[in-house]
This record gives sequence, C-alpha cells and structure tokens, in this order.
Amino acid sequence: MVSMKVNRRRFVAGTAAASAALVAAPFVRSANAAGKLSVGFWDHWVPGANKAVEALVKEWADKNKVEVSMDFITSQGNKLLLTTAAESQAKSGHDVLAFSTWLPSRYADQLVPMNEVMEPLIKENGAVNGTVEYLGKVNGKWLAVPATSGSQIKGPCSRIDLLKKHAGIDIQAMYPAGQAPKADAWTLDNFLKAAEACQKGGNPFGIGLGATSDSVDSAGALFHAFGAQLVNAKGDIVVKNDQVRQVLDYYKKLMQFLPPDVPSWDDASNNKFLVSGQGTLIMNPPSAWAVAKRDAPQVAEQLWTHGFPMGPKGRYAPFLPYFWGIWNFSKNQSAAKSLITFLSQASAAEKMTNASQGYDLPAFEKLTTFKVWAEESPPKGTLYHYPNPHNHQTLSIAAAPAPHKIAEQIYTQAIMTQMVVRYAKGEAMDKTLDWAAKELEGFTRN
Amino acid sequence: MADIAARNPAGHPTQQRSGLHKLMQRKSTIAFLMALPLILLITILVAYPAGYAVYLATLNKGMTRFVGFGNFEFLFGRDTFWLVVYQSCLFAITAVIFKAIIGFVVAHFVHNIPAKGQRKWRGMLLVPWVIPPAMSTLAWLWLFDPSYSALNWLLAIMGFEGIPWTGEAGWARFSVILVNVWIGSPFFMIMYLAALKSVPEQLYEAASIDGATWWQRIWYVTLPMMRNIIAITALFSLIVTFANFDIVRVLTAGGPLNSTHIFGTWAFRVGIEGGDIPLGAAVSLFMVPILAVAATFILRDITKRGSEV
Repeated sequence: MVSMKVNRRRFVAGTAAASAALVAAPFVRSANAAGKLSVGFWDHWVPGANKAVEALVKEWADKNKVEVSMDFITSQGNKLLLTTAAESQAKSGHDVLAFSTWLPSRYADQLVPMNEVMEPLIKENGAVNGTVEYLGKVNGKWLAVPATSGSQIKGPCSRIDLLKKHAGIDIQAMYPAGQAPKADAWTLDNFLKAAEACQKGGNPFGIGLGATSDSVDSAGALFHAFGAQLVNAKGDIVVKNDQVRQVLDYYKKLMQFLPPDVPSWDDASNNKFLVSGQGTLIMNPPSAWAVAKRDAPQVAEQLWTHGFPMGPKGRYAPFLPYFWGIWNFSKNQSAAKSLITFLSQASAAEKMTNASQGYDLPAFEKLTTFKVWAEESPPKGTLYHYPNPHNHQTLSIAAAPAPHKIAEQIYTQAIMTQMVVRYAKGEAMDKTLDWAAKELEGFTRN
Repeated sequence: MADIAARNPAGHPTQQRSGLHKLMQRKSTIAFLMALPLILLITILVAYPAGYAVYLATLNKGMTRFVGFGNFEFLFGRDTFWLVVYQSCLFAITAVIFKAIIGFVVAHFVHNIPAKGQRKWRGMLLVPWVIPPAMSTLAWLWLFDPSYSALNWLLAIMGFEGIPWTGEAGWARFSVILVNVWIGSPFFMIMYLAALKSVPEQLYEAASIDGATWWQRIWYVTLPMMRNIIAITALFSLIVTFANFDIVRVLTAGGPLNSTHIFGTWAFRVGIEGGDIPLGAAVSLFMVPILAVAATFILRDITKRGSEV
C-alpha cells in the first residue's frame, strides 16, 4: 500500500471563495464539511499513472483546504478486495474507496447514494454505457461513480503482420485510425477461420479459458454475441437454451485452434503469449502493448487494438469499470462527494488517461475521444479504437443481466469458462448444462 | 528462572506475607504471568477470529439473520464442495505420507554422515522449508508455466512431449502435492533426525549382538523409539496441510475446473471473491471437528505411551 499525505490545513469559512469554484461548490460549503478525508485508490500498474491522481487530489485539497490522506492499494493478490471486505466488516476505514466491478452492488447497503453527483456528471459528460449503469445503479440509486483510473475494455489486440500473413486480414483497414470501423466482415465465423489459419501458421490466437478475469470477460462477450444467458434479469435459471448450446459448440471449435494449455491461463498468460511473439491475437486492454513497447518493441509496432467480432446477436466487448464510492460510515461525505466530482471532470479524466498511456477509460460517452488514443504509437493510432469511439460495439459484462448477487457468483466462479472447457474436453452437452444448472441454483440462495 | 524466583529460604524475616505476595511467589503464578503475553496474543489473533468465523458461519448470505447449520446443509448438497473435500483429503494425506517417507529416509542419510560435514547438509536440506512458501511457489509456478515451462524445455531436449503441469486436472493435483512435499519434507527430516539422535546407541548394539538385520533394527528399535515424534509430526503436518492456502492459490488458483481447490482456497473464492462470507466461513470450518477428534486420539495415545514409559 502506497501512502501519501497532502496538506495539513483546516477547512475554514475563509475558503468560501475556493469552495465556490466549479465542482466543489455544492458540497464543501460549511465547517461541517471541513477536516480530513481518507481515500483508497486502486494502485495502477502503469508506472507514473498514480502521480496524475496524486496531483489532482492535491490540487483539489489545496483549493478546498482539506487534509487528504491517500492510499494506493494494489489489486495484486486481492489486496484491494480484502481491504474492502475488512472495512465493510469493521465499518471503519477510508471515506472514499475504489470499488472493482461487482463491489458497489455487493456493498449496496453500506454505500452513500451518489445520484446528486452522477446526474450532473451525466448531463455534462454524456450518458454512461449500459454496463456501468447495470453495475453501479441499483433500484434507481447510483451506488458509486465510475472511475477513470483502472476502467478498461478488454478488446482484441492483434498482430497486424501475422493476421495478414496467416489469415489474409488487414486489421488496420477494418479499424482505420481516426475513422469509423469498416468491420462488417469481422464476424465470429471469420474469426474462427482466422484462428484456424493462425494456428496452422504457428501463431495461434491466445484466448484464456481459466478462472481469472481476462478469461471470464472474453467468454462473457462471446456468450453475449450469441445471446446466451445463464440466468435472466428476473433471476430465473435459463441455462438450458439453444443459444448456450450454440456458443458452447462454437467455443469447442475455437478451442481446437488455441494453445492446449488455455484452461490454466491466468491474467498474465495472454500478455506473455503476445509479448513473446508467439501469439497473433489476445483479448486485453493495452497493458500488453505497453509492456511490449518496453520489452519487445518489434512486437509492439505490429500491435493494433480493435473491436470484437460480431456474432448472431451483435458485437459485444467486455467493459470492466472501477468505481469510486463513499462508505456510509464516512464522517466527511460532502467533501468526499466534492472530490469524486472533481476527479470525474473531463480535464481530470484526460490527465489520468494520458498518464496511463491511454489505458484508463472514462465511462461517459463524451469522453472517448481524447487525443492520447489517436496519437499513441507505435504504430500511430494503435489505440484509436480502444475506447469504442464510434459505439461500434456494445460494452458488456459477463453474466449480465442476471441479478447482481447471482451474476457476481457466475463471474467469480468462472461458470462460463468451466462450461466451455468441460464441453470441449468431451463431456456431453446435457451433462455440462446439468452441472451448470446445479451450480447456478446454488447461487440463488439468499 | 522460575525456580529461583520461587525459592523461599527458610527463616526469611518476613514470615507474615500477604496472600497476594504468596500467590506471586507460586511457581504456577509466575509461569502463568510469563505465558500471559502469548495467551493474550493467541486470544486476539487465534481465538477471537476462530470464534468470529463460527459466528459468521451461522449467518445467511446477506449476514442479516441466524441460520444455524444452514450453510453446512447447503454445502452438503453441492457437488463442488464434495470435490473440494476429496481434493483436500487427497492433497493432505498424500502429501503427509510422502513428506514422512522422504523425511525419514533423508534423516537416516544425514544421521549417517560424519558429524563434521553434517551441519552443512542439515542447513542445505532445510532451505525449502525456510523460504516463505509464497515465494518458492512462485519459482515453481515459473517452472510449471503453461507456455514457458523450464521443466518442459528440459523434457523437449530429451525428446519427450511437454506435460500440462497445471493445465490438466491430474497433473495439476500432482504439481500442488509435489510442491507441498518439497516444502514440507525438511520439517519431517529435522524432527526425525532429532529423534534418531536420541535413540540410545546401546539398543542398536544389543540388537546387533542378537543378530538383528538392518530392517529388524529399524522395525524393532528405531520405529518404536520414534513413534511419538512420528505421531506428533504427522498430526501437526496433517493439520497444517489441510489448512494450506498459498501453494494452491499461487500455483493453480484452484483450477483447472476446480480440481485443485482445497478448503482454504475455495473458502477464499466463495467468501472473499464471491462475496458470500458466511458460506466461506462454513467451508473453512468444515474440517475443524474432524481434525480435532483426530488430534485428541493421537495426543491421548502419545500421553498414554508417555506414562507407560
């Protein structure tokens, strides 16, 4: 945990002028809102990205004369998850905390409603995508605000040269920098053909089928592309349907062309696979590209981040947001709201995105065209399509639209990838579906 | 030290001591006071969390109402839970048997090394045990890496096919057990070595005079003399191995297809990652009564033999 203290000044009435400034005004306006604020941010793995957050918080703290202490908590080894669980149990800890994908709904009863923050932000920055709304808003109440830092799309990142060589696909022509995608031919059928060609050419696609987030997210997007739901929005178990059968059949074919060890891949495996030069395509945010830029520049200059292939029910890409939420035991809620509002402004979001080399994604629709994505290189424009600037694909999360408590279990217990591996390894379809149905039934308990 | 403090020389001038003073002079009181920091530490760090875990295991998923044994009843109906029970037993029992055999054999080798060089060997053989498991398991993870396994690289040089160390259920189980045996064998070795050194040489001499073979000396002299140490070491190791977390977590995270999950890792998956803390607590507590009964019997047996001696 990286800890830093900023400024030791009291919040006094004399700061009214500062607090009247743009974002702080609605919240920090009385002596009650003064004092200290403790914030737990996600510890970014892009070097230097935390600095941008630190600078922004310092700017806000100086302006509002609030003493802010910041912790950057790593998600490695589930440290952030454990911190969140501990604070929830102890009802003590940070005022503001970074909550990963499913946590706002998990801790819904302990979070301060954020409608008064979200509504003006949406007015200003545009609507948020459906996944953010599904994860962050429960029963009409915003539980947390989507954070720029750490939010990501796990779309395909491909080798330009290898896709052209083995599969005859010019991915840059399909997803030209600075222009809308021309990717009608980028379908799941062609994706399968390309996977086969690349595997035969000695550079297979690297799509994990383990139990970690990257694997589950990829599977989730493909399930959505087939319209395959395991549990519907009402909480009914509907796993035994034709769409699920279709996606399992598709994955069985696809798995023949993937490396044989994909069932044991973790979130680092696909990155290593691409950076080593072996793989043609992985599903990942641009962290693999950033590592390649540092460690294997000849690989990095051939990488292109783009959209998902289209399935029978549409084109879906996994979006994994982080959120900033406020515990209801926080003693300085108005200052906390003010800080989150400040960090959600377009200018702050752009600073964070720039510092993360384009990795961080704001969830608001007007904030998907920052210069950094168009300008990052090599090759120039490699990240242009990363934030989905043309709304070319539906941003999704695996297991949606199931009720959160069930969906979270489907996600964390990797039910989809387990189904895929079971069936692909020879288990009968009905047996796989029975197994899944029984697991899902267990997730519905209260 | 306690003896010195408890000494009460006859004819001391202050014969009329207060009750408190008397209490403080008692050996048992001094022993208790000296153990108090440890007792407090154990109460805070072990007893309280254990009690809290029991409490959590009796709550519903939302932690809003008492459900008694409801979580355990729920677990008994889950296939994955029984897979975890099977895997935990396989993992712990197999690992303890291999650790005991390897520890026993190596202890004999080390015992027979001349005293001069023995210390070096003891030190080197203890290395796997003294390295923090999370770190050494990371090294094993790289050796077993799905795509870049150093072991597979060696196999390829020798003309063999690569092995899916962590990618196939059987091999993944083998891998986690192997790493546990590698880490835990030195503990058995050092315990058995200490026991071997305490076996009186005269017993072996007498056995030799009686014409006992090598095997008979082991069976009729060494093993009976080491019985208590073997029982205690096996019990201790069984409990620790059942409660293992780091090796499986780092190496396979319970995969593939939940085939390497043990109680600790599955409790973490269900409770912390999945947000069902009461169910996670129930999973982690499942083995407590079974191990407690086993420990009671083994320790009673040891006490009985101790009093016979």
